[in-house]
Amino acid sequence: MSPSMFLTATKYLILKSKFLILGSTLAIAGCATQPYNYEKFREAKPRSILVLPPINNSTDVRGTYSYLSTITQPLTEKGYYVYPVVVIDHMMKENGLPTANEMHQASLKKIKEILNPDAVLYLTLESYGTKFILLDSQTTVAVSGKLVSTLNGEVIWDGRVVTTKSSSSNGGGLAQMLVTAVVSQAANSATDYAHRVSSEANATLFFNPNNGLLNGPYNVNPNP
Amino acid sequence: MNLFSSLDRKCSSYSFITLLLLFILLTSGCATPSIYYWGEYENLIYSQYSNPGKATPEYQIEKLELDIQKAKSQNKPMPPGFYGHLGYQYLQAGKASEAKSCFQTEMSMFPESAFLMNRFLKKMK
Repeated sequence: MSPSMFLTATKYLILKSKFLILGSTLAIAGCATQPYNYEKFREAKPRSILVLPPINNSTDVRGTYSYLSTITQPLTEKGYYVYPVVVIDHMMKENGLPTANEMHQASLKKIKEILNPDAVLYLTLESYGTKFILLDSQTTVAVSGKLVSTLNGEVIWDGRVVTTKSSSSNGGGLAQMLVTAVVSQAANSATDYAHRVSSEANATLFFNPNNGLLNGPYNVNPNP
Repeated sequence: MNLFSSLDRKCSSYSFITLLLLFILLTSGCATPSIYYWGEYENLIYSQYSNPGKATPEYQIEKLELDIQKAKSQNKPMPPGFYGHLGYQYLQAGKASEAKSCFQTEMSMFPESAFLMNRFLKKMK
């Protein structure tokens, strides 16, 4: 390929990708009802996040700690320092706060004094678990969260996500549905399927380009 | 290449290259490589609550130390909280000097952890 041919190809590529970018921006903009207001988030510029064990309003008792064990990866990959979640949970318990509900009541001032996080993430599980409906099983994780700055106690970000996975979502005929329902029912009695769905819920909640978290200091990618 | 030849016969070779480049651009843009080495850290957190009999401090130490070796071979850093967690496991296993060195590593990698790490380090003096 001659240099001029390459140049033409490059120009074409640039033109094409411009259209593509425009197209995808429109598509994204079309979905979002309102752009998220990051003003307070930008002002607070948090570097570190302390995550408290989530309050669990579902009927599955495993929710709190199953969900807590999926939270470090997305938040740190987003660029924040995240306090070791087990250490924080144990410290809270040793200080007379045995449940997530009680931990969420702890004074922000005191948390700041002792551990000095820039922000505290409060999460609530609205749904967590698997339902069996006839031949199908549906696993749902619904979670809402708010990030509170320890500088002034203001909510600098909030979000909510509902992630549902169905055992028959891979398609296939009735026979396959029967098999998947039986298999996942058997598997669900032993394993915590919603645990895997939790990671997906996190990714949607924090990485969504419209209303997820801004990138923290350890993520070099630019913020919108 | 029926699609492209119907649009523009002369341009079909450019189009193919463009399509190829675009594909590479798009696919490489989608996958964000992770900053840290993950290994067993979060699986162990899960096990600690769901199966505490198995995920003892000794068991966790063994797995986490192995992760450090694997991360070195991939040239990736351990994530925030990792050394704090490992230090805490050492502390519970009664190994103070190992715990101390972990807490110091966490603090030097991530200065944000200083308050928490110093709490442990001061207690251990």
